[in-house]
Amino acid sequence: MKQVTYTIHTNNPLTQDVYRMVLEGDTSAITAPGQFVNLTLDGLYLRRPISVCDWDADGLTLIYKVVGQGTDQLSQMRPGETLDALAGLGNGYDLAACPNDPVLVGGGVGVPPLYGLAKWLIRAGKSPSAILGFNRAEEIFFDMEFAALGIPVTVTTVDGTAGLRGFVTDAMPEDAYVCVCGPEPMLKAVHKLASGGQFSFEARMGCGFGACMGCTMPTVDGYKRVCKDGPVLGYGEIKW
Amino acid sequence: MPDLSVNLLGIELSNPIIPASGTFGYGREFAELYDIDILGTFSFKGTTLHPRLGNPLPRIAEAPSGMLNAVGLQNPGVDKVITEELPNLAKIFHKPVMANVSGFSIEEYAETCRRLDGCDQVGWLEVNISCPNVHHGGMSFGTDPMQAAAVTKAVKAVTTKPVIMKLSPNVTDIAAIARACEEAGADGISLINTLMGMRIDPRRRAPIIANTTGGLSGPAIFPVALRMVWQVYEAVSIPIVGMGGVSSAEDVIEMMLAGATAVEVGAANLADPWACPKIIEALPAAMEKYGIDRLKDIIGGAHHG
Ligand SMILES: Cc1cc2nc3c(=O)[nH]c(=O)nc-3n(C[C@H](O)[C@H](O)[C@H](O)COP(=O)(O)OP(=O)(O)OC[C@H]3O[C@@H](n4cnc5c(N)ncnc54)[C@H](O)[C@@H]3O)c2cc1C
Ligand SMILES: Cc1cc2nc3c(=O)[nH]c(=O)nc-3n(C[C@H](O)[C@H](O)[C@H](O)COP(=O)(O)O)c2cc1C
Ligand code: FES
Repeated sequence: MKQVTYTIHTNNPLTQDVYRMVLEGDTSAITAPGQFVNLTLDGLYLRRPISVCDWDADGLTLIYKVVGQGTDQLSQMRPGETLDALAGLGNGYDLAACPNDPVLVGGGVGVPPLYGLAKWLIRAGKSPSAILGFNRAEEIFFDMEFAALGIPVTVTTVDGTAGLRGFVTDAMPEDAYVCVCGPEPMLKAVHKLASGGQFSFEARMGCGFGACMGCTMPTVDGYKRVCKDGPVLGYGEIKW
Repeated sequence: MPDLSVNLLGIELSNPIIPASGTFGYGREFAELYDIDILGTFSFKGTTLHPRLGNPLPRIAEAPSGMLNAVGLQNPGVDKVITEELPNLAKIFHKPVMANVSGFSIEEYAETCRRLDGCDQVGWLEVNISCPNVHHGGMSFGTDPMQAAAVTKAVKAVTTKPVIMKLSPNVTDIAAIARACEEAGADGISLINTLMGMRIDPRRRAPIIANTTGGLSGPAIFPVALRMVWQVYEAVSIPIVGMGGVSSAEDVIEMMLAGATAVEVGAANLADPWACPKIIEALPAAMEKYGIDRLKDIIGGAHHG
């Protein structure tokens, strides 16, 4: 973990309430896809955790949905402004544990960290595919970016206005090894169908680096801190 | 060279800064970030006789200038703390540590303290009496002078280490509780623990915290904490460890002027993991600004007559 002051390069809407923010600054603390940064926002006491979507030596991309005061403030920030972040938090996905053809399953703002993961898997010579779930056509983002990586991409929408009608689970092959990020009911449904994989969880956090016990959840191996021992948990560790 | 040292119940501290219980774990996460030997000491996570899983999630909520928590004293239990956490700590922290103890009955407090009494690394016992008494309708030990005194007596009987009673602010007369602890033999008082509060999610029309209520901490509570330290200083003659919303060197000086011998820093560590080193670094300049040569000289310095 490292405290970094990032400079906003761009901050643009992808849909009505989902934004892409590109930040410039030190990314040396980020070691795996699925890790997150914890952002300080003016006038708010607790930091806001956002997954790293993609990163290189010069900066990183965040994709976030406006749901409350913090993310609303974030959406109003302009290029050139700075953001204080704790970078390189959490364990991230374990690439070595992935088979050759993992299925990446994302729902809503769970999609972004899977983009970085897809890139790393491809770089490691693996052949991932992606299933991206949204509520309706207007909410879809990043399907093109995934397709541009040259991997098979299936989009699902709950109301059928684009792609396959239904949930991500309707598009899942049987007995797949999955890397998942999305709302908890989705994680649970995917867990039921999959034969193995890695699942990224969310929790309200006090610190984001393992100090406060604000985010712990029961697992097969006892309580784990979502922020430090997670956010990615293995298929066999999860206890619903 | 300004003198930051203070003496807390017979033990010299190189400075008065003490990360508060529950915001510093058993030190490990912070030792990865900085040399924690620069601290006066720290108060480790509230430890109970038996392991505790804590409350269901969510345990945390944002508050204006602060936060709410309802962690529910998640900890591995005193035996594991002694056999695993303290040996780990010995590798990263080379000063006496403050052992924070919680309990749900008087016997439980006493037994936990008795076991910690044998640990050389423990310099002080900080006894958190904000917990509900299971034998007393769940009312907190810290809200009744008789109960507070009973815990103090029971703990004093099993240890030779200095006993610091940590008070709950959720009372009408904090001075009465402090006095009861002093009369029962407490060596020191620390305060304040968190103030009970809550938040509601209007979308779900339900409390945000699964436990409904949580403890408020952070800058929001600083004036309340300062007032209570002030009142307790007027009521007792034993040393006080002040805390509640402290986030800067200036806050530390105010706390000490109100009567604190040492100062704990809680929630600030969560928002900024380097909060304590920054405060320690800023203290000499703040002292110079107010014409303070020796920090220990200002303890209670705002009380006149
Ligand atoms: C590890 C992790 C990765 C995340 N990655 C992303 C991401 O890539 N993109 C994205 O849009 N969102 C992500 N989230 C969710 C994001 O953190 C919340 O939407 C955000 O904190 C809401 O802040 P707010 O002030 O707008 O909302 P408010 O509801 O006003 O926030 C109040 C408090 O609740 C917390 N909170 C509210 N919702 C959540 C939530 N779903 N998860 C955790 N804390 C929450 C806030 O952090 C804050 O402390 C992630 C969460 C976690 C834990
Ligand atoms: C996440 C969290 C966990 C806490 N756990 C404990 C605990 O186990 N025992 C205890 O005596 N106090 C506990 N506290 C209270 C703090 O030690 C401190 O008294 C309080 O937060 C006020 O100080 P602050 O405003 O600087 O945080 C906890 C506070 C927080 C924020
Ligand atoms: S948020 Fe503090 S331990 Fe996870």
